[in-house]
Amino acid sequence: MATQSGITTQADIDRELTAAQEEYAAARAGGAPAAHHPARDFPPYRSSALRHPRQPLVAVKGDPETVELSAPVFGATDVTDTDGDLTVQHPGEPLGERITVSGRLLDRQGRPVRGQLIEVWQANAAGRYAHLRDCHPAPLDPNFTGVGRVLTGDDGAYTLTTIKPGAYPWRNHNNAWRPAHIHFSVFGAAFTQRLVTQMYFPGDPLFRYDPILQSVTDDAARQRLVAAYDPALTRPEWSLGYRWDIVLDGPSATWREEDHG
Amino acid sequence: MTELPPTPSHTVGPFYGYALPFPGGGDLAPPGRPDTITVHGYVYDGAGEPVPDALIELWQSGPDGSRAGAPGSMRRDPVTGGFLGRNGVDFTGFGRIATDPDGHWTARTLPPGGPGAPYISVCVHARGLLHHLFTRVYFPGNAAANAADPLLASLDPVRRETLVATAGPQPGSYRFDIRLQGDKETVFLEFT
Repeated sequence: MATQSGITTQADIDRELTAAQEEYAAARAGGAPAAHHPARDFPPYRSSALRHPRQPLVAVKGDPETVELSAPVFGATDVTDTDGDLTVQHPGEPLGERITVSGRLLDRQGRPVRGQLIEVWQANAAGRYAHLRDCHPAPLDPNFTGVGRVLTGDDGAYTLTTIKPGAYPWRNHNNAWRPAHIHFSVFGAAFTQRLVTQMYFPGDPLFRYDPILQSVTDDAARQRLVAAYDPALTRPEWSLGYRWDIVLDGPSATWREEDHG
Repeated sequence: MTELPPTPSHTVGPFYGYALPFPGGGDLAPPGRPDTITVHGYVYDGAGEPVPDALIELWQSGPDGSRAGAPGSMRRDPVTGGFLGRNGVDFTGFGRIATDPDGHWTARTLPPGGPGAPYISVCVHARGLLHHLFTRVYFPGNAAANAADPLLASLDPVRRETLVATAGPQPGSYRFDIRLQGDKETVFLEFT
């Protein structure tokens, strides 16, 4: 796992990531289904070692009274008009590249998930979080907190205005850097559809080195975490546009009625 | 029909603390309700160490069994951009609590209702956890209903015990520890 010096290098991690890819490819060749989500036990992400269950998950199915088939609800009181624009939350404007991030929240049947809450948080343009425990010696931006939220519309659409976050170092291994990303927390029509994830930006050279992104071993699934640059969302002389649709997993009450009733 | 492939999960990471927790996140019960219960516990990792950077989310029915919930868990103040807190009347059914440096969390809520054995659904997020985990808090006073619950009945007694809170230390308080790995590992659920 580590070199003789006791320091885990990027090369060590790269070997582990390659091995994980090969193991997944072999499983797929042997008929295993596509893995849409990361395994909770993913050794290259060191913090997962003691924080994943060893027992298999216990399946719950079939009972329409299952509480998890309903979901918390959020409304106009839970979101202010400015919550969706992370660049207007302070007296001055934040430094960085202004961006618009927009997409649709869908279920696996392609239906819009309406009126649900999307929360986001991110580092500033220099790669620093407004969090006391982030000790990365990059500047804080007094005009940027990096927290936003929005409710999806009737067509499942959402739009956020923010600045592009910077890459930042972390301590998974020596010289580890996370690719730029925005954290997303999303609610669906059922609690089973709860999703916390991260959105990345296209073409980031750090992708292949990052144990968190690479914990999604399926190439197509990993691609779904990367937003697309979209000239149609880009606003003239204002912001660059990125499109990112979100598809929620998990059964819901409506899913059962319509498709399995 | 062809289903869309889902967006993969990722860890909540270490820095959600200034974004996701909100004031009163653990205070689901409207103030003054005499039937308020306290549900609390620790989150432990596979070495038995407390997890100080876990985020616990609760979702439950009201005492009447309603699963409709209500908006207003995280009411925002349009004047300051801060939080107003819950409105003190509605029961939203949703709570969110970050563990403290001891790995402990506390919620004050109303007892969930039936039908069947009442339980609170729990979603666990943490740094190091690449995909959240679901579990449930059942209550020790409902022995007959618990015995008839399909999930509890499907588990061997040692594992079943991990889903049933223990009463105390005060009347109306219940302890529910979450062990992510190892000895007495909590039963975690998947919904299919």
